[in-house]
Amino acid sequence: MNLTLHVWRQKGPQDKGKLETYPAKDVSSDMSFLEMLDEVNDKLIKEGKDPIAFDHDCREGICGMCSSVVNGRPHGHQEKTTVCQLHMRQFEDGADIVVEPWLAKAFPIQKDLIVDRSALDVIMQAGGYTSCHTGGVVDANSLLIPKPVADFSMDAAECIGCGACIAACPNSSAMLFTSAKVAQLAVLPQGKAEAKDRVLEMTKAMLDEGFGNCTNHYECQEACPKGISVKFIATLNREYLKSFT
Amino acid sequence: MILDGKAPTGPIETSWDRSRFDMKLVNPSNKRKFKILMVGTGLAGGAGAASLAELGYNVEAFCYQDSPRRAHSIGAQGGINAAKNYPSDGDSIYRLFYDTVKGGDFRSREADVWRLAQVSNNIIDQCVAQGVPFARDYAGYLDNRSFGGAQVSRTFYARGQTGQQLLLGAYSALSRQIKAKQVTMHPRTEMLDLVVVDGVAKGITVRNLMTGEIESHWGDAVVLATGGYVNVFYLSTMAMGSSVTAAWKSVKKGAYMANPCYTQIHPTCIPVHGEHQSKLTLMSESLRNDGRIWVPKKAEDCDKHPSEVAEEDRDYYLERKYPSFGNLAPRDISSRSAKEACDDGRGVGPGKRGVYLDFDDSIKRLGEDTIRERYGNLFEMYEKITDENGYERPMRIYPAPHYGMGGLWVDYQCQSNIPGLFVLGEANFSVHGANRLGASALMQGLADGYFVIPYTIAPYLASITPGTVKDDHPEFKKSIEDVEAQTNKLLSINGKKTVSELHRELGQVMFENVGMGRSEESLKLALKRIPEIRDEFWNNVNITGESRDLNQQLENAGRVADYLEFAEMLTTDALHREESCGGHFRVEHQTEDGEAMRDDENFCYSAAWEFKGAGVKPELHKEPLKFENIQLAVRSYK
Repeated sequence: MNLTLHVWRQKGPQDKGKLETYPAKDVSSDMSFLEMLDEVNDKLIKEGKDPIAFDHDCREGICGMCSSVVNGRPHGHQEKTTVCQLHMRQFEDGADIVVEPWLAKAFPIQKDLIVDRSALDVIMQAGGYTSCHTGGVVDANSLLIPKPVADFSMDAAECIGCGACIAACPNSSAMLFTSAKVAQLAVLPQGKAEAKDRVLEMTKAMLDEGFGNCTNHYECQEACPKGISVKFIATLNREYLKSFT
Repeated sequence: MILDGKAPTGPIETSWDRSRFDMKLVNPSNKRKFKILMVGTGLAGGAGAASLAELGYNVEAFCYQDSPRRAHSIGAQGGINAAKNYPSDGDSIYRLFYDTVKGGDFRSREADVWRLAQVSNNIIDQCVAQGVPFARDYAGYLDNRSFGGAQVSRTFYARGQTGQQLLLGAYSALSRQIKAKQVTMHPRTEMLDLVVVDGVAKGITVRNLMTGEIESHWGDAVVLATGGYVNVFYLSTMAMGSSVTAAWKSVKKGAYMANPCYTQIHPTCIPVHGEHQSKLTLMSESLRNDGRIWVPKKAEDCDKHPSEVAEEDRDYYLERKYPSFGNLAPRDISSRSAKEACDDGRGVGPGKRGVYLDFDDSIKRLGEDTIRERYGNLFEMYEKITDENGYERPMRIYPAPHYGMGGLWVDYQCQSNIPGLFVLGEANFSVHGANRLGASALMQGLADGYFVIPYTIAPYLASITPGTVKDDHPEFKKSIEDVEAQTNKLLSINGKKTVSELHRELGQVMFENVGMGRSEESLKLALKRIPEIRDEFWNNVNITGESRDLNQQLENAGRVADYLEFAEMLTTDALHREESCGGHFRVEHQTEDGEAMRDDENFCYSAAWEFKGAGVKPELHKEPLKFENIQLAVRSYK
């Protein structure tokens, strides 16, 4: 297949940046989206041009490093798929494809499609843990966690921290990301001791880092490659209210 | 030189407890005077950095990813072993120890494996305390599944994302220490040199991947937890950025590389489908719990739809050859059997390099919903990549490079032959021998990080004065100059080929000649081809852009340059080891029915190689292996 790409090019954080057009010729439908970009890059290098910079690493949809908005949608249009797992058979021959970086105030663009997501680490550092020291913990089976609770916790824990939820949100809210960690720990016995401080500290960090608040658009859930549900935002809100009682 | 692993003597059951008691301690108020550099923040590095910081040491941690949460430990799917014996099916620390030594084909150090088995239970407790949501039953107890090479169910799991959940646990412990300012985190930073002062590791030189700045950091000890090296095959299940660079730069400063020829080619990966492919995707070994592996008995059936091949015309070759382990035969054996079937002309799919992994019987027995619950995410992933539905027709799988059992040589304290340089996790060599069993990589990474290095680093630190060498020492300036010189050289070549084209060429040579079946002839051919590709690289590679900028081509070029040297050492190791063991299969050394034939009389040692210059034969040092608890035996899974 032959495609026309319109890719956001930006030399550095201070540069204005603009969309550049590149042809992608003889693309195999079995290629992943990033493999297609690899080929375009190899061609650019041979022409002596700077290749397109983009974040990626595991290329199996779990590390959360890849982060491109494809045709206006974070990670592209395929449901529950990271852009590294998006395959070219999802596109029509002859299509125009617009590729942009995550756009959010808290994610400054570094170069081309690469943004700085360290604000998410700051939210985690604010309280996304149980304060247990290495060693000196109880036997794993002394904490009984019924399957439905463990499953609920795991559903939340699947978040890969890619930031698509923020890129999709009109408020650039990190509520889905934050709630996933709050909810994962809040329902577990080992997470309850610090539940109150955790929800307060993490939501405060979220706002301090420049993310907006949630106004129930649910775009985050739609964009999430792991299908994290907005029900966890409700859990976060309940935990938040509970912290004042 | 004969190397001493300094393994404790006496009864194995008490070896770790006695060693811990014998180790010197660092007084709590003195710990804050020491600075430890941790390179890599996956399971081993993340857990190690967090645990050392909790003890009061100052830690500076480095990773090339934008966050420690993305280390490639995250890719591990199936699970983590522990000798909890919760199912009461006959497991014990001794059995986990025995299975791991046997699974490694008797090429690991007994005392290290014992320690791993002993602390495995602490790991599960630790992860649960962190809030890792392991699979549970309805009563709330932890669930277990089976993995290859074991006849007990000892694998704990979190759906098909166990590595992710364990890594996020370590990352959360690390995040807590970053907030407490006990760890300074340097993401998007790649180690490009080890600074050695008077024979002792005293720091590292790194490149800031966002700005291109080269800078040095001093430390009282340097700990490498930088993962494995199988991207030397180009196509592998590793992350794109996984490299041998940190380990290799240490080798060039005098560290020994042990057993690099022990590479694991994992049996259940999605087959290669095209020239443009950038990586291979693993399908968890746990699928072999419920999937049956087969190929047609007759080559002429290979192009048929699998449902048209009658039951009696199918060869369930693992069940046939290894009836007691069946589809759960260890990885090296399963991979080789798949290759044999395909070499025999009975492979399926494009290029005939594939075998079927069939869930039909399990779906009939358990229902599709149960299979979906167990492996749903893997079936989804398979469909995204291949456009085929694994519930409706058998998956196609083929072996792919997955793990390097070899790594930097370390003694029982995880210290390399360079004092002050410690190595953890996949980056070291000590516990998996010649073949790693499933669900033990996560176990080793976390064992080393949480429960080994916090103890074993203390005797070294207690023997030195903190802060005596800092980055104003001339060796640091020289290290920065060397790194800048290599960077400038790479950018000045201006040739015609891209980095990935040359990496792909190297990978083809390695997979064809130093892959699942190795012969003297193929290894010698590889030793001829590798220097040719390396020469071409240094004369004809084209890297655009500048050094003082975010430059991903330059990053890759540095990694591939190191693989082009490392590949030669790996192949030299494979050529010297005139026996077959685990993942190292020399076609000259096999039994009549095609099983690996070890030579314990001549090769019962770890081979640690000393770098003597690119293109120069490295010098071999041996660490003899003693088996005092488990009798050396032919490894049989029949």
